[in-house]
Amino acid sequence: MAVVEARNLTKIFKEGELGAVNNVNLATQEGEFMVFLGPSGSGKTTLLRMIAGLETPSSGEILIGGRVVNDLSPRERRIAMVFQSYALYPHLSVYDNIAFPLKAQKVPKAQHQQKVEWAANLLGLGRLLKRKPRELSGGERQRVALARAIVREPAVFLLDEPLSNLDAKLRASAREELENFHKQVGTTTIYVTHDQVEAMAMGDRVLVLHQGTVRQIGSPKEVYENPADTFVATFLGSPPMNLLEYSDVIVGFRPEGFLPADLVPGGKQVQFRYRIKYVEYLGAERVLYGNIEGGHLETKEIISRLSWNMPSGYEAGSVHDFAVAETDLRFFDRKTEKRCSAKPYPWQ
Amino acid sequence: MRAARIKSVGAAQSPLLGVAMFTPAVLYIALIIGGPFVLAILYAFSDARIGATSFHYAGMENFRSIIQSPSFHRALQNSIVFTVCAVVIVMISANMLALALQKPFLGRGLIRFLILLPFVAPVSLGSIGWKWILDSIYSVITWVLIQVHFCTPFNAPMWLGEPHLAMASVICVHCWRLIPFATVVLLAGSGAIPKEIPEAAAIDGAGFWRTFFQIRLPMMLPITLVAVLFSAVFTFTDMTVVYILTNGGPFDSTQTLPSLAFATGIEGGDLAAGAAISLFLVPVLVAAAYFMLRVASRAEVT
Repeated sequence: MAVVEARNLTKIFKEGELGAVNNVNLATQEGEFMVFLGPSGSGKTTLLRMIAGLETPSSGEILIGGRVVNDLSPRERRIAMVFQSYALYPHLSVYDNIAFPLKAQKVPKAQHQQKVEWAANLLGLGRLLKRKPRELSGGERQRVALARAIVREPAVFLLDEPLSNLDAKLRASAREELENFHKQVGTTTIYVTHDQVEAMAMGDRVLVLHQGTVRQIGSPKEVYENPADTFVATFLGSPPMNLLEYSDVIVGFRPEGFLPADLVPGGKQVQFRYRIKYVEYLGAERVLYGNIEGGHLETKEIISRLSWNMPSGYEAGSVHDFAVAETDLRFFDRKTEKRCSAKPYPWQ
Repeated sequence: MRAARIKSVGAAQSPLLGVAMFTPAVLYIALIIGGPFVLAILYAFSDARIGATSFHYAGMENFRSIIQSPSFHRALQNSIVFTVCAVVIVMISANMLALALQKPFLGRGLIRFLILLPFVAPVSLGSIGWKWILDSIYSVITWVLIQVHFCTPFNAPMWLGEPHLAMASVICVHCWRLIPFATVVLLAGSGAIPKEIPEAAAIDGAGFWRTFFQIRLPMMLPITLVAVLFSAVFTFTDMTVVYILTNGGPFDSTQTLPSLAFATGIEGGDLAAGAAISLFLVPVLVAAAYFMLRVASRAEVT
């Protein structure tokens, strides 16, 4: 187990252009499960590949276990990586795929079988050892890739969107398996994804990336409830946070905090006349799209999310009293788009 | 039954179109390859000679005399040495080149073009160029060796005049011609390996040699076999390089089966013997063709 650190890490692919990764600083904790979350093109995979040693940083330092590893090859960094495509060796059996790192790192031959079987059993691959990768399902391939990664007991695990090739149902169970697996082995893990549900569910901490810069590092609860800027506020949460601009301030609140006035918990609240334009019925919840009657906010679309057990009667075209608790309001500076302290805001 | 097998709609609607499409190819093969092949078989069992107006059935007489002839043994041996050495050198060099040309670098396009050049240039012209390069008096190689005091003008190597050197020269020139072909085939094959696979091997701790021999080479095995078989057939049947550089000499030391067949049948006028010699190539080529087709179909599947 080891801690991964990046100091002012930058990667510029083409001279003169914006870098893929810009001045990133991060430090994992011992045994932590850290998720890099960002839309595609945000630099999360490049960041991971630099940590793995597959990409050379343009500047900055990478430390693994307190040692600068910039000049070390991937094999010397004692990391294991699972690729998005799994990158199994197609001509080797499952057994030989898992044993490959042991051979490559000159582990004594006598231990191979025992170690391969340990890894295979941990991931429930016992029956499949003789098969070739092309004879396996997507989920089985993913587990072989994981087994190949753990077999030599690496210091750090790097996972690059390992679930994105699975169908939705399998993805949920594979996610659970990965979580259990991390609890069992306890190795520091960095997990790259563009899926916020995966990030929220699995991460001890989430690092949100956008255009190669770190927007926020925090626990899933922190990044969701207290986003550092408007990008994090809208990227996390589906539907995203409502943002209302006025002069130099942006105020935001989550759709699930914007409810019929009598359902909003006590304390100070801001009330609106809310005209519903249309309703999406999603089973467990209803998403209302509409706008506020009167005042300067009239043209702005505002989203509300009602859970299934809330009263019905919120139909398209109707107008109701809605409110949001003042404690649920988040303020952002309009120029920097960063979080700022609460400011007076003209609601009407 | 036959109609059910035709899956293409166009062909099913108009069988005439199909016939029209493949007739030129069949005619071409029948006239250029089939005709001479039948004639060769006919001649091999006869006493045909250039200039004779008729020929008679001679049974196995041609084959009997060829098998007993020392120059045939020599040619067979030379053909095997020529083919094996050339294919080994070609495959090793082509693998190195394909690896070197895989990652982009400044001037890669130009180097790829230069490497392809020997293959697109006419064989005869290239061989004539090499004949001059390896000439006993005007050889530039010898000139360079003398300039760097490796040898004197009096004991300079005779590239095409000493048996072993002549064979080595012929093999080298042939390799020069075939390496581009094998390189292009291998480049295509290595382009089909996803880049994550060597990366995964690097992370798993494999160095260059392990990645090459345990990952890259086995993954490229089908396409490599295609390159090996084609190179072997091109070499085994080639006579241009031998004919132009040494014409089989000195003392038959570079005579291969095709060049012996040409020398006996056309230059020596003994058509029947020449045809019989060339028929000895057939079993080898049939085996090679069989393997080529099998490997090609396997390469498609995986």
